[in-house]
Amino acid sequence: MRRAGQGLLALVVLGAAAAPWLAPNPPDRTFPAALYAPPTPVRLRHAGLRAPFIYPQRVVSALERRFEEDATRPVPLQWFRDGRLVTVPDAGGGPLLLLGADSLGRDTFSRLLYGARTSLVLAAASTLLALLVGALIGGIAGYAGGVADETLSRLTDFVLVLPAMYVALALRAVMPLVLPPATVFALLTAIFALLGWPVVARGVRAIVASEREREYVVAGRALGATPSRLLARYLLPAAGGYLAVQATLLLPAFILAEATLSYVGLGFPATVPTWGTMLQEAANVSLLGGAPWVLAPAAAIFVVVLAVNLVVQGTGRAPVQLEP
Amino acid sequence: MSSFLARRLLFALALVVVVSSSALLLARLAPGDVTAELGPFAGAAEIAGTRARFDLDRNPASQWVVWMARAARFEFGDSFLYNRPVRGLVLRAAANTAVLALAALALATLVGIPLGIVAGSRQGTGAAVIRAASLVCLSVPPLLTSLLLVFVAATTRWFPLGGMTSVAAVGPSGPAWLADVAVHLPLPVLALALPIAATFERLQAQAITDALRQPFALAAVARGLSARDVVLRHAWRVSLRPLCGVYGLAVGALLSGSFVVEFVTAWPGLGRLTYEALRARDIYLVAGCAAMGGVFLALGSLVGDLLLLAADPRLREAARARSGERQTA
Repeated sequence: MRRAGQGLLALVVLGAAAAPWLAPNPPDRTFPAALYAPPTPVRLRHAGLRAPFIYPQRVVSALERRFEEDATRPVPLQWFRDGRLVTVPDAGGGPLLLLGADSLGRDTFSRLLYGARTSLVLAAASTLLALLVGALIGGIAGYAGGVADETLSRLTDFVLVLPAMYVALALRAVMPLVLPPATVFALLTAIFALLGWPVVARGVRAIVASEREREYVVAGRALGATPSRLLARYLLPAAGGYLAVQATLLLPAFILAEATLSYVGLGFPATVPTWGTMLQEAANVSLLGGAPWVLAPAAAIFVVVLAVNLVVQGTGRAPVQLEP
Repeated sequence: MSSFLARRLLFALALVVVVSSSALLLARLAPGDVTAELGPFAGAAEIAGTRARFDLDRNPASQWVVWMARAARFEFGDSFLYNRPVRGLVLRAAANTAVLALAALALATLVGIPLGIVAGSRQGTGAAVIRAASLVCLSVPPLLTSLLLVFVAATTRWFPLGGMTSVAAVGPSGPAWLADVAVHLPLPVLALALPIAATFERLQAQAITDALRQPFALAAVARGLSARDVVLRHAWRVSLRPLCGVYGLAVGALLSGSFVVEFVTAWPGLGRLTYEALRARDIYLVAGCAAMGGVFLALGSLVGDLLLLAADPRLREAARARSGERQTA
C-alpha cells in the first residue's frame, strides 16, 4: 500500500518535472478549431496492427460542439520531435489531445502537466515555510516555558480555531485582485504558511517541552551550550518524525487550498496553468456534462491526496485530517 | 457547571469580537474601497455620500469604535451590495449554511459511526471494503465531491444542479417551498458529508480497536459476554471520547467545506455572502459575516466540550472538583 502511494507520488512529480518534454503541445497554445474537443484516443488497429496513431478530428457543428473522427486517414504519432516525447504536427492532422481541449481550445493534458509544476511547487514551498515557522515558534515556546510559552500557545490555539479556508479567502481578497503571477505565488505561500504553522507548533512544543528535561539536554546545558544551539542540534531533530508526518498532511491541504482559491478567482490569473485555474473551466455547469475531461485537474488532485494517504496509512500512523 | 458555562460564554464573546473586529479592520485597511463598485462614471458627490454612509470618511480606529457601539445594540450597519441592513442578510445566509452543515453532520454521523464500529471490531472482507472506501472518500475533499456530484447531476438530471430553490418556487414558506428545498438539499449535503463521514469512520474504527485491546474488554469476554455486547455496550462507550473531541473541531471543517460547496452548488449561504462581500469591499457585510462565523465556531467548540463532558465521567469529576476548589478558596 505504501509502495503504491510512493509510486503514484513519484509519477506525478516526474510528470511535473518533465512537463516541457512530455507535453504534446505548448500549454498556452489555442487551437481555434478544437474548442471543447474530446480526447483523441491513441489507436493501434487500422486494417491490421500498426504503430500508434490517431484519427484527425473534424468539427461537424461548432455550435453543438460535435466532432467527428476521420476514420479513413490514420495519422501516425511522431516521437522525439521538436524536443517533445510525442506529438502530432498541425500540418499532419494534429493536434494530439490526449485529454481533450478546454473552452479556448487549449490542450488539457499539456496544461495539466504544466499546472502540476505551479501547484506542487507552491504547496511544497508553503509546507517548508509552515514547518520552519511552526518548528521555530513551537521550539521557543517549549524551551522557554513561562510567559513566552503561555503567549505563543494562546496564539497557536487561536489561529488553530479559525476555519482555514475563510482566513485564506479574507487575506487574499483584501489584497489587490489583479497581481502578477510571481507576486501571487509569494502571497499564497505566505498565507498558507500563516495558516499551517499552528498545527506544527503545537506538536513541536509538546515534544520539546518533554525532551528538554532529558539527561542529554541537561548535559548539553551543563557543558555550556546556548539555548539556540540546544534547540537546533538536539531538540528540534527530536521532533523530526513528527515534522515529516505533518508535512504529508500539509502538502495535500495546500494543493487543495490553491485549487479552491484559484477556482473562485482569487488565486493565480486565469492565464497561468495551475490545477485551480484549470478547474474554473468546470464552473460552467451547463457545458460540464458534455466535456467531463475539464475535470482532469480534480482527478489529479485526487491522485495526489490518495497517494499521500496511502503512504501515511502504510506507516501505521493513521492521519486524521479534518480540514484540507 | 455554571462557572464552566460562564467561562465558555465569555470566551465565545471574545472570539466573536476579535474575529469581527479584525475582519472590519482588514477590509478597511485593504487597498480600494466600496466606491469602486459605483463604476468609473460616478460623480464626486455620490462617492462622498457613499463614503460617509459607510463611515469611510472617519479614520479606521474611530470607525471601529462607532461600529462596536452600534454592534452592541445588534445593529451591524448596511450592506452596499444589497442596500439592506446587514443583520437580516447575515441571519438568513447563516440559517441556510446551518441547514446544510447540520444535515451534513447528521449524515456523516449516521454513516460514519456505524461503519467505523464494524470496521474497527471485525476482520474480513466487509471491514476491508469499508476501510478502502473511506480511504478513497478521505482523498476526495469537498471541492472535488461537489464538482463530481454537479457533473453527475448534469449528466443524469437526478438532482437540480444547484441553488436552494427553483426559480419558480413560491415565497419562502409553506410545504411547497420546503419540498423544493428538500429536492435541492441532497447534492450539497452529500458533497460536504462524504469526507467527514470518512474521517468519522476512520476515527471510530481506530478508537474501537484501541478500546478492544484494553484489559476491560478481555475481562468482559472472560465473563462470557457476547462479542456484540462487548463491542456495543463496553468498547463503544470508551471509544466515544476521542470522537467527541473531534466534533468540536468538525465545525471548522464544516465551515471551510461549506464555503466550497456553497460556491460550486450556488447554495445561498454564509460562504457565498462572505465571498461577495470581500470582493466588493462591502465593509459592514464582511464584519457581519465574520461575526456570524465566530458565533458558529464558538457554538461548535462549546457543543464539542459538552459532548466530551457527557461522554467521559472522569472529565465531569475533574470539572466538579475544580469548581469545588474555587468555591472553597
